[in-house]
Amino acid sequence: MSALLEVKDLVVKYGAIEALHGISLTVNQGEIVSLIGSNGAGKTTTLRAISGIRRAASGSIVFNGADISRQAAHAIVRSGLVQSPEGRGVFPNMTVAENLDLGAFIRNDHAEIAKDLERALGLFPRLRERMGQMAGTLSGGEQQMLAMARAMLTKPRLLLLDEPSLGLAPQIVQTIFKIIREINASGTTILLVEQNARMALQVSHRAYVLETGKIVNQGDAKELASSDVVRKAYLGH
Amino acid sequence: MKTLAQHQQDVPGKVATRWDVMLLPWVACIVVALVVHFASPVLVNEYWQNVLRRVGVFVIAAVSLNIVNGYAGQFSMGHAGFMAVGAYVAGATTYYGSLLLHGSVNDPNFYYQGIGLMLGGIGLGCVVAAIAGYLVGLPSLRLRGDYLAIVTLGFGEIIRVMLELTKGQLDNAAAVKDAGAKLLIHLNGPSGFFGIPSYANLFWIFLFVSVTCLIAYRIKYSSTGRALLSIREDEIAARSMGVDLTKYKVRAFVLAAALGGVAGGLYSHIGANPSPTDAGFQRSFDVILLVVLGGLGSISGSVLAAIVLILLPEVLREAQQYRLIIFALLLIIMMIVRPKGLFGVKEIWELDWFTGWFSGKRRERKAGAK
Amino acid sequence: MGIRIRVADFVQTLIAAIAVGSLYALVALGYTLVYGVLKFINFAHSDIFVLGTWTSLTAAVVITNKMGIEPEHAPWWVAMCVFLLAIAMCATFGYCIERFAYRPLRGAPRLNVLITAIGVSLLLQNVGQLPGKTVAESGGSPAATIPFGAIPRNMPALIEDRVLNETSVAEGTMAGGSKRGTVKLDQNLTIEAERQYRIEYVKPPAADAPAGAQSSIETLNVVVAEPGTIAAGEEISTQPRRNAKDVEGTKYRVLRSPLVPIRLIDVLIVTGSIGLMIGLQILVFKTKLGRAMRAVSHSVETASLMGINTNAVISFTFVLGSALAAAAAFLYPLKYPLVNQTAHGIWVLLGLKAFVAAVVGGIGNVRGAVLGGFLIALIEFFGSRYVSTELRDVYVFGLLILVLLLRPSGLLGSTAREKV
Repeated sequence: MSALLEVKDLVVKYGAIEALHGISLTVNQGEIVSLIGSNGAGKTTTLRAISGIRRAASGSIVFNGADISRQAAHAIVRSGLVQSPEGRGVFPNMTVAENLDLGAFIRNDHAEIAKDLERALGLFPRLRERMGQMAGTLSGGEQQMLAMARAMLTKPRLLLLDEPSLGLAPQIVQTIFKIIREINASGTTILLVEQNARMALQVSHRAYVLETGKIVNQGDAKELASSDVVRKAYLGH
Repeated sequence: MKTLAQHQQDVPGKVATRWDVMLLPWVACIVVALVVHFASPVLVNEYWQNVLRRVGVFVIAAVSLNIVNGYAGQFSMGHAGFMAVGAYVAGATTYYGSLLLHGSVNDPNFYYQGIGLMLGGIGLGCVVAAIAGYLVGLPSLRLRGDYLAIVTLGFGEIIRVMLELTKGQLDNAAAVKDAGAKLLIHLNGPSGFFGIPSYANLFWIFLFVSVTCLIAYRIKYSSTGRALLSIREDEIAARSMGVDLTKYKVRAFVLAAALGGVAGGLYSHIGANPSPTDAGFQRSFDVILLVVLGGLGSISGSVLAAIVLILLPEVLREAQQYRLIIFALLLIIMMIVRPKGLFGVKEIWELDWFTGWFSGKRRERKAGAK
Repeated sequence: MGIRIRVADFVQTLIAAIAVGSLYALVALGYTLVYGVLKFINFAHSDIFVLGTWTSLTAAVVITNKMGIEPEHAPWWVAMCVFLLAIAMCATFGYCIERFAYRPLRGAPRLNVLITAIGVSLLLQNVGQLPGKTVAESGGSPAATIPFGAIPRNMPALIEDRVLNETSVAEGTMAGGSKRGTVKLDQNLTIEAERQYRIEYVKPPAADAPAGAQSSIETLNVVVAEPGTIAAGEEISTQPRRNAKDVEGTKYRVLRSPLVPIRLIDVLIVTGSIGLMIGLQILVFKTKLGRAMRAVSHSVETASLMGINTNAVISFTFVLGSALAAAAAFLYPLKYPLVNQTAHGIWVLLGLKAFVAAVVGGIGNVRGAVLGGFLIALIEFFGSRYVSTELRDVYVFGLLILVLLLRPSGLLGSTAREKV
């Protein structure tokens, strides 16, 4: 397996405060890798640094063989690394259709876009009924689905998902995770950030545990799920 | 264990009775004014004394605007409006008051009555400006930053238009008596109010300058000042700490307007006839420039900026037409490279390089001893 | 005054308000667009507008001067050229202002950006106050003609204004005249109250004119005291005074002024502005670029995650807003030809009014800016026509304060509170 994303010694600062103290992680082609940890551990900061929204103070981020740590966010998206923003990252004053169009913003292959749109709507049939509705009027679960469908339309090689289960009913969480698996099965590599460690470890191949800006544990998802430390801290038993 | 109240009782000396300590700063203000008044004629000629009076007026304007723009972080763009209110009220009081009392305006026999009228006028102008500040501030301070800027800008413009609509100035006691309360509409329209005697000499100017600075300083380091600074840094955090946003904002606004009125009142007594354009946004911009360049929240910064920016064009006469271009560029560059202004929120004596400069030798000696 | 006259007066005020309102709306759109993407008030926008009028003025004077023609006789493409030059100039300035003054402050506190905007505004105003050179002073060279200075100048009438809805009441051949300053018609002419009459006649080329000279159309205004009928062959006084012998035998027609004149310039202004507004509406709501603008307006961050080059979109928004201001700046002096210095109160106020229009309509809202523009102009024109002319600025700012107090986010603005 080849590494699609390789983060080395990533340091991110907010003003004088260091939020990430040099973390390293690898995501291989075709994997689902999850990054788990409690609130404020630095999970979202890591994703923001990778997708170029937050500048890294030091360290390298290599995607597909090229260092992207100095690139602008929109250029990173064009190279195939797409982040679906946390929670309500949809454009509330635009219709569902317009939101999906924005997902395909960087693409010009109209025939292919139509095909991908069909595929995404196949995964999220609920969205099809709501195409003309303002995204702000959707329920939380529907907004999350819209965000994921929109990210799929960007046709990413690596999809970063930020807390897809945040604030959703358990039943919807199940659906979301099922779809994450399906997206992965169709060839998209996924880096998943989750507080819901149990679900995250179930779907992913490997996982990293982040605590106060440092990676404290990593390895095979199944093994981590059964390790005592992780079970106590994140699985609650 | 003692209760907090018991602790307070233990505090020695009962601060409230230390009249000497309380009065000292105010006495210092008078001393400063006297020193400037008697030293200036020795050091500089009449022309520069006049420049110095202008500097004083703008110091008051800048320091007062700093209370609302600097401390509280609320962007008022109508300060010239309050200044103009003060200027017209004070100017008209002196002018029409002199006409009523002794039939002529600039009679040397009535010099001291004239001074009295000026002080009364400034006081009245200060009150009227404060009321205007309250009326504008109370509703608009509930609005977000940019909107406050617009409303205050609009206020200044409305004052300007109102002044332009006023009728011609009266020039004899009989007419003034006849006019009665209608005097308010005889402010001489677009050409501005003429003939106000320039009673505000260096003593009065610098008395007000030092008193204004003292008030601004006291406020900055009081609980009100801390509340204002917290509003400026983060309104939501300040509110969650129990700071009553509207109350403190309005307080700052009214105070700034009142002192702005004083600046205006002095302005009309230094031989500069106040005109409607003095209420417009361009004059407001002038004052904002001083506050921002000196540092939002820094009294000494405002003072220094006022001194430098008023004196500079006097020194560089030939660069006169480029004056505002240079200032505008300065403003933009300052915002990009030093966004908090020259001194930021600090006073000059709180800056590292300044204290370092004075205590430098001592520190060197210490280093040598080691 | 008769009821007809009163209605006519009302309608005329309405037409003027709509014409000026559409210009306010164009400038207001620039404020609103920039506020939409960057969430700050671009105080320099009104100065961009003034820059546009000066560019139009200079371009018009220099081009007609080079061509050696009177501005009134300039072909239509000269006006087009001037229009495009104004747009190019303002768009360039808009881009540069964003690039060099605002972009370094991305993410800085709001107050700083606001102060910078004031700084940029001051800079433009005061550069505009530098002593300039007129075309005459610079010898007609465009490079040496500086379109600034403290002296107001007149915009040449590139497009000659005329009343579009005049009625032709009589046609015929001019009868022989006798006295200077009068003409005789070969038909009866009925004169109605409150109307103006003018006689248009075809003037053949002078006898000593070079071959190929064309006949021209001249106008004589009829001077009449009271309504009634002027019989054929009766003498009619006219202005300017013509020797009646000169016009004898020429073809003429008599045109009666309408109760409510509809002027070419007004029509141009209204159709031009509304055309641009519709174009903008399509751009913002129907195109990919417009979607990107709306995405940036909601959240720069999320937009960049869609692969949108947010800086480019912001630059484009500035360019677009400045171009709209330039369009308004070209149209405005066609109606009010006196072009003042950049820092002159009247002009700054004009920009401020547009800004007030944007705020009243709900800043950040494209339709709100249009609504606000018309509303401000209506209040201003009807207030000054029927209440008091001197208070016209007070109405505008009064309305602003009223709207801000009752509905702080503007008439069409979203009522959403500021995000924490």
